[in-house]
Amino acid sequence: MTTESPSVNLNALAVDQSATISHVDWPSLDDATARRLQEFGVDEGISVQMLHHGPLGRDPIALRVGRMTIALRRSQAMAISVVPPRP
Amino acid sequence: MNMAPLVALVGNPNAGKTSLFNALTGARQKVGNYPGVTVERKVGRWLPASGPERGIELVDLPGTYSLDAASPDEQVTHDVVMGRQPGERRPDAIVAVVDATNLDNHLRFVLELKDLGLPMVVALNMADLARRDGLEIDLAGLSRALGVPVVETVAVRRKGLDTLGRAVTDALAQPPAAEALDGSAAGVERALRDPAASRARGKAARALADSVTVETHASRRWTRRLDRVLLNPVTGPLILATILFVMFQAVFAWAEAPMGWIEAAIGWLQASASALLPDNLLRSLIVDGILNGVGSVIVFLPQILILFFFILLLEQTGYMTRAAFLMDRLMAYAGLSGRAFIPLLSSFACAIPGIMATRTIADPRDRLTTILIAPLMTCSARLPVYAVIIAAFIPDRSVGAGIGLQGLTLFLLYVAGIVAAFVAALLLRRTVTSGTGHGFLMEMPSFQTPQLRDILLGLWQRALIFLKRAGTIILVSTVILWALLSFPRAPADSASRNPALEHSVAGWISRGLEPIFRPVGFNQEITLALIPAMAAREVAVSALGTVYSLQGDEEAVEQSLVERLRSSWTLPTALAFLAWFVFAPQCLSTIAVTRRETNGWTWPLFMLGYLFGLAYLAAGATYWVATALGAG
Repeated sequence: MTTESPSVNLNALAVDQSATISHVDWPSLDDATARRLQEFGVDEGISVQMLHHGPLGRDPIALRVGRMTIALRRSQAMAISVVPPRP
Repeated sequence: MNMAPLVALVGNPNAGKTSLFNALTGARQKVGNYPGVTVERKVGRWLPASGPERGIELVDLPGTYSLDAASPDEQVTHDVVMGRQPGERRPDAIVAVVDATNLDNHLRFVLELKDLGLPMVVALNMADLARRDGLEIDLAGLSRALGVPVVETVAVRRKGLDTLGRAVTDALAQPPAAEALDGSAAGVERALRDPAASRARGKAARALADSVTVETHASRRWTRRLDRVLLNPVTGPLILATILFVMFQAVFAWAEAPMGWIEAAIGWLQASASALLPDNLLRSLIVDGILNGVGSVIVFLPQILILFFFILLLEQTGYMTRAAFLMDRLMAYAGLSGRAFIPLLSSFACAIPGIMATRTIADPRDRLTTILIAPLMTCSARLPVYAVIIAAFIPDRSVGAGIGLQGLTLFLLYVAGIVAAFVAALLLRRTVTSGTGHGFLMEMPSFQTPQLRDILLGLWQRALIFLKRAGTIILVSTVILWALLSFPRAPADSASRNPALEHSVAGWISRGLEPIFRPVGFNQEITLALIPAMAAREVAVSALGTVYSLQGDEEAVEQSLVERLRSSWTLPTALAFLAWFVFAPQCLSTIAVTRRETNGWTWPLFMLGYLFGLAYLAAGATYWVATALGAG
C-alpha cells in the first residue's frame, strides 16, 4: 500500500534528516524573504536536508538546498512544509 | 574616440569573482567609488593575448543573486548592466562568473543576464573543486543550451584565463542583440520583477544544471566535516571565541615591533630636522606640527593591517558566514541579525568600512540600526588614546593569573563599547528603528583555501586608504591646529606657565568651550585636543602631544607625553577621558559616510547627538564617581 507521508514543518527535521518540500506559504513571507528564498532555489518539490542547528535555542538552522547551504531563522522556516521519506 | 572596451564581471556572491578579477588584472586595478553612493567601484586593465589593442577595461561588479536588487550594492550591479549607472558607461560585454560546484543555483542568474542581450561569456569557475566534489559538467552541452560560450576557469590557479580572453575577444567582435541596443529593455525589467517568471527561471536553471551535470560521488565532504565541528553548539562558539581572542591578541603583540620601528624613524626625523633647521617657526611647524601629529597616527598602521589581515582571511575562507550563523540568535536579542556581526567586527578596525559593509544587510531598519551602533565598536583609532592614558595612569601590575591591570583595563573598555552597542541597539529597535525585521537569510559557501595574493591586494588597498588619510585630512588638521596654537605669538616676556594656551587663537576657543566640559573633569588642554580629534579620533593624542610640546620649557620637551600627562592630570580626569572615548562621537569621516549611506543629514545628526550625549554622561559619571571615591 502506498500512502503519502504526512507533511510536517521544516523546523521539525532532525539534524541530517532529508525531506522534500511539499508546500511553501509564500504569502506569509515578506517580499524580500520570499524572493531571496527563491533565488536560493527553495521551491515546492525540491529536496532539502537539515544540516545544523544554531547554538542558542537551536536557532537559526542551516539547510542544504540543491548544492547550496543556506542559513535561516526558525521563524522564517515556519512557512515551509516538508514530507520526510517514509522510514 | 577609441576607448578600450568595457567588460563587466557579474556573478553570485561566492562565485570567486574577485579572485578571477585579481587573476586577470593583477595589480593593474583601481578602487574608487560610484558617485553618490559608497559602493566600491573596482576597475582594472586586462590584457589578454591577441585581445583588443588597448586591452579591456574590466569592472568587478558587486556580487548578487539576481538583478532584482535587494541592497544598494546589488542596485549598482543592476544599474551598470542596464546602462543606467551614473559614472559608468554600459558594458560592451559581460563575463558571468559561475561556481561550477553550485551550478543549479548560479545558472538562474545566468539565464537572467542572458535576457539582457549583451554579448556574454560564462566563466565556469572553481572547475577544480567541482571535479574534486565528483561533478562532471558537459561544457559543450551547457554552451549549446545557453547559446553563449562557456569557459572553464580556476581563478586561484590562473587556469583557463587565456581561453577566457579569446572567448571574450570574440564576443566583443559580435554585434549586440537588438534589445541591448535600445538600452531601456523595459521587457527585461518587467520580467525581473515578476515572481512567476522568477520561479520559472529557477526551475529552468535546475533542469539545465541536471542535464549537463553527472554526479559521481557525494560532494562538499570537507565542508561538511569542518562544519560539524565549527557549527557544533558546543565547540562552535568556543572556536569563535578563541579566534576573536587570538585576533585581538595579535593586534597588540605582533604590532609592537613594527610600531617601535616607525616611532624610532619618526624620532630620528624629528631629531635631524631639529639639528638642521634654525630655531624658528618653520622648524616648529615641521617638528611640533607635522612630524609629531602625522607620526602619532602613522604608528597605528601595523595594528590596522593586522586586524584587516584577520578580517580578510576569515572572509576568504568562508568562516565569516559561520560566525554570523553562530552569533545570529545572540544578535536577535538586540533586535539585529547575524548579518550585522560582520560589519560590527570590521568596525573594530574602523567604523567606515564597517558602515560600508552594512550594505549587505537587506532590511533597511536592521541596516540603519547597525550603522548607528557601529561607532560604538572600539575602532583602532581609539587605541592610541587608550594606550597613552592607560600607560600614564593605570599601574603596570598584575591582578593575578598572569593578567595585567593595564591589559584588563583595555579589555574592559572594549567590553564597555560592546555592551553600550547592544543596549543602544535594543533601545533604537524599540523607538526610532522599530518594526519587524526580515530575519536572517544567508548562503554559507564551501570552505576555501585562502589566497595569499588576494589577501595582500586587499591589505595594500587598505594601507593606501589609511596613508592617504594620514597625508591629507590628518596632515591638514595637524597643521591647522599648530597654527591655531602658535598664533598670535606669546610675547617673549610672558610670565605665563603656559604661554601658547594663554595667547593663541586655540586657547581662546578652548577657553570658550571649557565651561561645557569642566563639569566632567576636562581641562583646557583636553577641550582643545577634542577639536582636531573631529578629523580623526587618534588626532586627540597628537593634539595633546602638540599642545604640551608647544607649551613646555626645554625640560618639559624632554619628557614623554605619558610623563607630562601624569604630572598635569588627575586620575578622575584621565578616567573620564577614557570613558568619553568609549563613545567618542567626534569623527567627521564616520558622520560623512553615514550621511552618504543614509542619504541625508537626519541620521548622521541623530548619531552625533546620541553619541555626544552618551559620551558626556559617561565621562561625567566616571569623573564624579572617581572623585567621590577619593581617587583625585
